[in-house]
Amino acid sequence: MTAAHEITTLLWLGFRTTVILSVVSGAVALALGTIAAGMRVSPVPLLRGIGAVYVALIRNTPSTLLFFFTAFILPELGVNFSYFVFAWIALSIYYGSFFCEVVRSGISSVAAGQAEAARALGLNFTMTLANVILPQAVRTVIPPLINTFIAVVRTSAIAGAFGVAELFAITNRLTNEESQSVLLILFIVALLYLAITIPISLLAGAIERKTTFAR
Amino acid sequence: MNMRTTTHRVTMALLTAAFVGIAVRGESSDASALDTKPSFAAGTTMAKLVSAGKIRVGVKFDQPGLSQKNLSGKLEGFDIEIVKLITVGLGLKESDIEWVETSSGNREPFLQQGKVDMIVASYGVNDKRKQVVSFAGPYVTNGQDVLVKKGDPTGLKDVEGLAGQKTCVMNGSEGQAAVVQFSPKADMVGFDVISKCLSALKGGSVVGVVTNTHILAGVVAKYPADFELLNKPFALGTWGIGIKHGDTAFCQFIDDQLTKAANDGAYQTAWVDTVGKGGLLFRPLPPLDPCV
Repeated sequence: MTAAHEITTLLWLGFRTTVILSVVSGAVALALGTIAAGMRVSPVPLLRGIGAVYVALIRNTPSTLLFFFTAFILPELGVNFSYFVFAWIALSIYYGSFFCEVVRSGISSVAAGQAEAARALGLNFTMTLANVILPQAVRTVIPPLINTFIAVVRTSAIAGAFGVAELFAITNRLTNEESQSVLLILFIVALLYLAITIPISLLAGAIERKTTFAR
Repeated sequence: MNMRTTTHRVTMALLTAAFVGIAVRGESSDASALDTKPSFAAGTTMAKLVSAGKIRVGVKFDQPGLSQKNLSGKLEGFDIEIVKLITVGLGLKESDIEWVETSSGNREPFLQQGKVDMIVASYGVNDKRKQVVSFAGPYVTNGQDVLVKKGDPTGLKDVEGLAGQKTCVMNGSEGQAAVVQFSPKADMVGFDVISKCLSALKGGSVVGVVTNTHILAGVVAKYPADFELLNKPFALGTWGIGIKHGDTAFCQFIDDQLTKAANDGAYQTAWVDTVGKGGLLFRPLPPLDPCV
């Protein structure tokens, strides 16, 4: 049964890499997106401009181009990391733009009275955003946030074409070694991807139930 | 009114004569074409292909020296020449060949689902694959080799020297399986196409690219100033022509075509014109496997 053991080891390696890459990319992308959203609603025109350009540029670029840039252009510029880190950078920058728009829509949904009341209490812009607006905004946009997280998981498959031994790259390796069971391997890998995305959706449902409030 | 009717009648008569003349000439040329078309036993794949007048062949579109689309959209390379050697025996012209882009992962499904009639796409023969497809040939023996930057700046001697060093392979290729077997300590980096491996090698991110000797010869032929081969082949194997499982008649026909090409020098011409330019020394057609 050593062949089955080898296949299981390879699948586990791919699964683990996909999960880690998705989690760290999602986390950095969310942080980047929140900062960008804050920049876009800030009273400083320069910050608003930078945020708008970031979103317009990155959201309209195919993710593969970003992967090309980080994996091949950055080394030419002297930046030397592992291909995993390059994929992490590309995914985080790409989905940072999507998270920015999601968070910004959440911010817009918070009643204007909240910001005015905060101003009346003497809170400055950053304090208002961090303590009053964002907590309410995020509760409103849980479904789109989870949507974007699931997109991060799916796009991590592109990293397989750029030097990362994640689940999709492992699939290619296995279909070559076990060429008589190509469809079975693809089916198993589809199940493994669902094993990542379905728990995220269930978690989203649980968070939504806990944080919902009457409007 | 009288003039118009007469002119009309004369025109129609002339046109009819012209059409009849063309039809007669066309029929006689069809008759001579039918004479040169080969005939096969009814029900065989060859008979079906001859009556269909075309063949669908699965090849890769991105392997330099083997089967690559050039800038004008035409496929060229060693695998392509092998296909032409075979289809000429069916009386088919180059324009009758429908080229279907194939990647390593979909060769077996394409044959199983009948999407192509045969596959010539750097297809390594092994027992696992023989369970689901049949192989005619083999048409070449080769192995894996290591491609390094011109001048071998890292002083790599052989594949074992890749231990602990970044080595580029293509996901799902024989090269990947060979590195796992022959140099397990190598730090494998997988990409989906060879062009990315070449960029990484040029940029210095990886030390060597491991894939098939014929593919690498095609690369060196294209970029002689940038890359060189270590010329220490390992993991020797053969490439065959993939056909539907159990089609022994078709297998026998293809083997006969290959033998004919080996005898009349067409096989050597195909080699020399493609991978020979990359410095790969000519090897004659290997002994053909029995058709099962």
